[in-house]
Amino acid sequence: MPDFDIVTAALVGGVLTGGVYALVALGLTLIYGVLHIVNFAHGALLMVAMFGAWFLATALGLDPYAAVPVVALGMFCVGWALYRFVIGRVSRGEDRAILLTTLGLSVVLENLALVLFRGDTRTIETALSFEMVEIGPLLLPVAKIVSAGVALVLAGLLWAFMDLTATGRAIRAVAREPVGARLVGIRPDRMFALAYGIGVGCLGAAGCLLLPSFYVSPSVGENFVLVAFTIVVLGGMGSFPGALVGGILVGVAESLGGLFLGESLGPISISVTFIAILLLRPTGLFGAAR
Amino acid sequence: MLEVSGLHAGYGAFEVLHGVDLAVGQGEIAALLGANGAGKTTLNRALSGLIRPSAGRIRFDGTDITGLDPALIVEAGLIHVPEGRLVFPDLSVADNLRLGAYRRAKGRLRSNLERVLAIFPRLAERLGQRAGSMSGGEQQMLAIGRGLMAEPRLLILDEPSLGLSPLLTEQLFALIARLHGDGLSILLVEQNVVQTLEVAGMAHVLEHGRVAMTGPSAELSRDSRLRAAYLGL
Repeated sequence: MPDFDIVTAALVGGVLTGGVYALVALGLTLIYGVLHIVNFAHGALLMVAMFGAWFLATALGLDPYAAVPVVALGMFCVGWALYRFVIGRVSRGEDRAILLTTLGLSVVLENLALVLFRGDTRTIETALSFEMVEIGPLLLPVAKIVSAGVALVLAGLLWAFMDLTATGRAIRAVAREPVGARLVGIRPDRMFALAYGIGVGCLGAAGCLLLPSFYVSPSVGENFVLVAFTIVVLGGMGSFPGALVGGILVGVAESLGGLFLGESLGPISISVTFIAILLLRPTGLFGAAR
Repeated sequence: MLEVSGLHAGYGAFEVLHGVDLAVGQGEIAALLGANGAGKTTLNRALSGLIRPSAGRIRFDGTDITGLDPALIVEAGLIHVPEGRLVFPDLSVADNLRLGAYRRAKGRLRSNLERVLAIFPRLAERLGQRAGSMSGGEQQMLAIGRGLMAEPRLLILDEPSLGLSPLLTEQLFALIARLHGDGLSILLVEQNVVQTLEVAGMAHVLEHGRVAMTGPSAELSRDSRLRAAYLGL
């Protein structure tokens, strides 16, 4: 049995990683909640964001944390333009077609990255990469604390935007009642593009926050997107608090699983948590039965 | 205020309206009557821009609004309170009302909110409640309140009494008379023929996608054809 401090450290480490997972899941759940489609391009777009942050760090020497606003805004524009000029046009509002379009996008993006960057994995070293901080008996990597903190602040900002601004309300209105929305003068297509842009913008921020502690490669998105899908379903499809709590839960499950079961068997704990929660609450933690 | 001439509209190749002519004057309540399937809802959808007419003209306030985006029609002040209410079920009552002013009268949101809540005190008690969890009557109040938030110049009420109890229907018609008293122009689409003819100035009867009868509602309510068709008298 590992001693108490190690377990606590794993627990806290899991919460911190979970914070960034939550941000990835938040983007996914927002897109699902508004557009009612699973964004299959999510992983590939996260990869693009990580390469963006990696490029800014290696070519311009920009610290990934300082790059958060730049990459988030850049990815928002990418997402908005993808919806406006590709997904929206190709699909003509048909859910099935949107689904397939995002799947196609992910294939294109990943292979484009393979051509440009080869299959190599890359990492960067930041000022914080090897910094550790002692909190009580715990020794924690500073990079993870900062990442989780930034992720939580962004989640809070996003919540405030969705709940307190007219545009946020309009996005939520379109999600369930597009005809009613048109009758108050909302243009659903614009809201869909905005929602997709915001969801992808979350990936921009998450990509920067993940870079200091993970490697980048053209297929890196797959690792995170599977976790993000798990979080979204576990938390309740389309639910904001579900993505947050689910993200932290999955981060902790992964970290404790790694500690008790070892690196190779550890990830099984995510699936076990997932199945256990869905057995008890089939709609997810915060999912409404519809 | 509203002039419709020779309007053809439908869904895809299926035409529902075969040349509708109709006018609503400033400050007037115009009634639009007709059996199910006569084309009332299609006409409303064309007026608010939800479907694009295949031929004909819609003029609002002297401007041609035929085929415009609904957002622009809302901006011009033609507000459609749809059949089935179409409130935003996941949003609170307050957020539903605020969205009524999304495109129009944004600057006077606060004073309009107070005015709407004064008209519907029931909504004031339920500002934080999810709209989808309210009763049909309350949702109807919310839909009308949401429409009023945009300071309509012409309000289209599509089957507002549908599914309401007789008492609530009574209150609804009192409210319509009151809004009219405040100077609002209303196009009232109803199946409740007797009460509708009591409040309306002019009445139009739609049959098979055409206006079959038109005239002052007092005259129409004495018309033997109308009485036979809709009142069973």
